This record gives sequence, C-alpha cells and structure tokens, in this order.
Amino acid sequence: MRHSWIIAKRELTAFFASPVAYVFIVIFLLMAGFFTFNLGNFFERNEASLDAFFVWHPWLYLFLVPAIGMRLWAEERRQNTMEFLLTLPITSWQAIVGKFLASWAFLALALALTFPMIFTVGYLGNPDPGPIIGGYIGSFLLAGSYLAITSMTSAMTRNQVVSFIISVVICLFLVLAGWPPVTQMLGTWLVEIISSFSVMTHFENFRKGIVDLQDIVFFLSVMGFFLFATSVIIRSHRTN
Amino acid sequence: MIEINNLRKSFGPKVAVDGVTFNVQKGEIMGFLGPNGAGKSTTMRMLTGFIPPTDGKAYVGGYDIDGDQSIEARRLMGYLPEAAPLYPDMTVLNFLNFVADIRDLQGEQKRKAVDRVIELCFLEGVRHQSIDTLSKGYRHRTCFAQSIIHDPPILIMDEPTDGLDPNQKFEVRSIIRRMGEKKAIIFSTHILEEVEAVCSRAMIIDRGKIVANGTPEELKAKSEYAGTVTLRLSGISASKASKRLGDLDEVRKTTTLEEGDSAVSLRVFPKEGKKRAELARALVSCVTQENWQLEDFHTEEGRLDDVFRQLTEPETA
Repeated sequence: MRHSWIIAKRELTAFFASPVAYVFIVIFLLMAGFFTFNLGNFFERNEASLDAFFVWHPWLYLFLVPAIGMRLWAEERRQNTMEFLLTLPITSWQAIVGKFLASWAFLALALALTFPMIFTVGYLGNPDPGPIIGGYIGSFLLAGSYLAITSMTSAMTRNQVVSFIISVVICLFLVLAGWPPVTQMLGTWLVEIISSFSVMTHFENFRKGIVDLQDIVFFLSVMGFFLFATSVIIRSHRTN
Repeated sequence: MIEINNLRKSFGPKVAVDGVTFNVQKGEIMGFLGPNGAGKSTTMRMLTGFIPPTDGKAYVGGYDIDGDQSIEARRLMGYLPEAAPLYPDMTVLNFLNFVADIRDLQGEQKRKAVDRVIELCFLEGVRHQSIDTLSKGYRHRTCFAQSIIHDPPILIMDEPTDGLDPNQKFEVRSIIRRMGEKKAIIFSTHILEEVEAVCSRAMIIDRGKIVANGTPEELKAKSEYAGTVTLRLSGISASKASKRLGDLDEVRKTTTLEEGDSAVSLRVFPKEGKKRAELARALVSCVTQENWQLEDFHTEEGRLDDVFRQLTEPETA
C-alpha cells in the first residue's frame, strides 16, 4: 500500500505540474453548470433538489473521465518508462492501483469543487440531504468505474486518442444499456439482464438518496474487474 | 550473484534468446557484446524481471526473478534501461526522491543517498531543473544515478555510455570500474575498446546464443591475427621476402599487407603450437642473415574487433 501511495503521489504531482489539471477542472465545472441550468432546467423545476445536477453526470463523465485517464498507461508506454516503472521493486498491481487512485482522487477533487451547488439549493429552498449525499457518493463511484475502464484501454495502446475513443465506446455502452429510450426498444426479460449491467440503473438509486450495498458492490466490481483486466493486458504486453 | 540457466525467450516464431547460460560473481564486470538484435536487451529485460522468460531460470542473489521472489530480486538490482527513460515532467531532484521512496530509503538515509548520486553523476548544476529541458548527457546520467541510488550489489546497464561525449564516457567508465570492485555488474555496449578498458570478462552473443565468454585477453587470443608478426622491410621485393620467410620452420604462411616502392609490409603467421618468442627469434635471425633493412617489427595481440566480426558475421558473407 505504501508503494501504491508513492506512485499515486508522483502521478498527482505530475498532474498539477501541467496546465491540464486546471483546464480540466474549469471545463468540468462549466459543463456541470451548463448541463444543470440550461439542459436540466434547474430553476424551472422549482424543486429544492440537486437531481438536475446529478442526472447528467453519466453523460458528463462520458468524455471527461476518459480524457483524464487516457494517459495513465499510454503515456508510460510512449515515453518507454514502463520498463523503468515495472522493474522497480513493486508489483504491477501496486503501480496500477497507485495510478488509478491518483486520478480518482483528482476526479473527487473536481467533484468536490461543485460544492456551491449545495449552497445554491440550500439558499433557495429546503432540500432533503439524502439524495444530495447519495448523489455525491454515486457520482464518485461512477467516475471511478469509468476511470477503471479507461485505465484498461490506456494499457492497450501507446496512442492516447485511440485509448480515449475505445473507453468512450465502452462507457457509452454501459450508459445506454440502462437508458430508458434504449430499454424501451428491447423485450422485457432481456431488459432486466442488460440494464442490470448498466451504470444508469445503479446510479439512479443513489440519486434518489438510496445508498444500497448492492449498488456499491456493483460499482466496486466494475472497478475491480477493469483494473484486473488492466493487469492482464500489461502482463501480456510484457510477454509478447 | 547472478546465475542464468538456459534462458530462452521467443516472440511468436522468432527466437530472441536461445538457451543462454552464464554466471556473474561479485567483483566481476561483464561486458555484454553482440550485433543489434542479437538478444542483449532481451536477456537484460528478463534478468530484471521486465519480461518473463519462455523457458529457463535466472537467479539474482539466490532469488528467482520470475516468481514470488521477484520483488526481492529486484531490490538487489539497479537497472539502467536502454535509451535511459525518465519522466520528463519531473525535476532531477524530484525524480531521484521518487526512486529513493520506492526503494524504501527514508529520512537521513534518503537525503544522503540522493546527495551521493547527485555528486557522483555530476548533477549538482541541474538538481532543480525539469528533466525535459536537460541535454541527452544529463538525462543519461540522471537515469544512471537512479540505478545506483540504493547502492545495489548488482547492476544491470543497457548501453550506459550510449550518446555521451568522450569526456562523459570516460567518467561513466571510471565510475563503473570503481563500483565493480564490490559489485556484480553486467553492461552491454557496442564499443569494443570499452570492454578492454573496463571489463574483467566479456561475452559475445549472436542470434540469441553465446558465441564467446572469457576475459578480454582470452577473447583477443581467438583472433586469427593473434600472435602474428608484422614486418616492414626495405630494399627487397615482397615475393622474395615471402618465399624466404615461408621456408622457416616456425612459419605457417605469410601475406603481403602493402607493397610500396621503397618498402614492403608482411604479416607472418606462426605454425600451430609455436611460441611467440620462437617466431620472433627466427624472424630476426633470418632478417640479419639476409641482411635486409628492417624498419618495423611487432607482434599482434589480436583485436576484439576481429574476434567480434569473426564470430558474429553471417555465414553467407
């Protein structure tokens, strides 16, 4: 764990050493605001809730999380530092987890910076704290799941753009599988199975303020699975 | 310290390393030679645990490099990969601190280790400089510093002097030679004089197989020119001199190197089993008898270049 932490620390320092981190945070906050107020009709709803804010997160993260995660391993391969990193006395799993945690912490920071939303809605009315807390937890887990997917696609290629596109496609699939316009087109029994794999279905509970262990387990399994896939890809890349 | 047993690596149908076996003890500096693509880097990558071997075993300090003990093995090693990869967004100091952290150096010990390598590798002036602004020589030395920060008993270096200017090459070589007294070192190079200057042992690898392994002197003795004598004579034609010398008991054959108006150069090959001194004495007495004008006379040691080419040249050539 100590070694993962050292790796994470290096990643975070590298993040903030370049303007990318600040640009990302600004874009993230602008987009979140735009979605909430313009597309989500925050004011017209006349509700003291942040649902108009959280409902867009699966779409917002669709591009922003792959943009953050695409460099994780692709950059390492492009700079040839993979050989250096993986011959240090650490396991590749420690490196994978360290890098993942650094980016996840960064996304958490960006998410935390949306706190003025809470004040806004608190000033305007008397919101139920449940859905807000649930929304933030769910959003954090959702970002982690997208990030784990991007970690895997990033390990697949030395080209960051390719990694970005593949992860957007996979994330999009996980969104659409539970998106009502799509699920309505499919048969009933099939919907049950497919939509249970969708991040939408599980994120919805959080938005309603229900923090169910089942949904937490779902997101954690997605992360575990894709991080494991990352390690398999890195191992096979070293073998061949 | 390093024990490699029948190590093999194939990438699909292509065999990169084909059954390599050797040992390196403490206090030995082994120069690893071979043409491009012979399998030097692949062998080193297997040894440092970056790529798993297809077959065979490698032990570092008694630990298997491909298994549960691989982390233990890596702790004992410092590795300078080919082309010295670094994180361009970090400063030299931050990078070295990062490696020291990963290598479990802490507090005072860490500070001392970082200062020591900065001094040893002449990085004082660029301590706080970002790595992407460094010249190639500095980058290389930063990566070199990284590999010795924990004072490892075993050092693996893939072309440590590549891309350095002659002064820097000289410095790096003398650092390696000094460290070699207490460590087991393997380094690969294309520069043959480096092997003679630094190594206590040299190994030549070609198409994944070891074709020579011994001290630089032993290797040089394998040269077909080792033990031959080169003569420069004036006032006689090459053919006459060759014929006369060829009749000597000690001489196997002679070849003409150069035939000018005033002088000729000949190379004389000794017969099998004839000592160097015997050949020299015989030649000198022959020259005196014939009253030839001797302008130059020296015995060849054999050159690594020749051995290298002899052993690694494709058969078709």
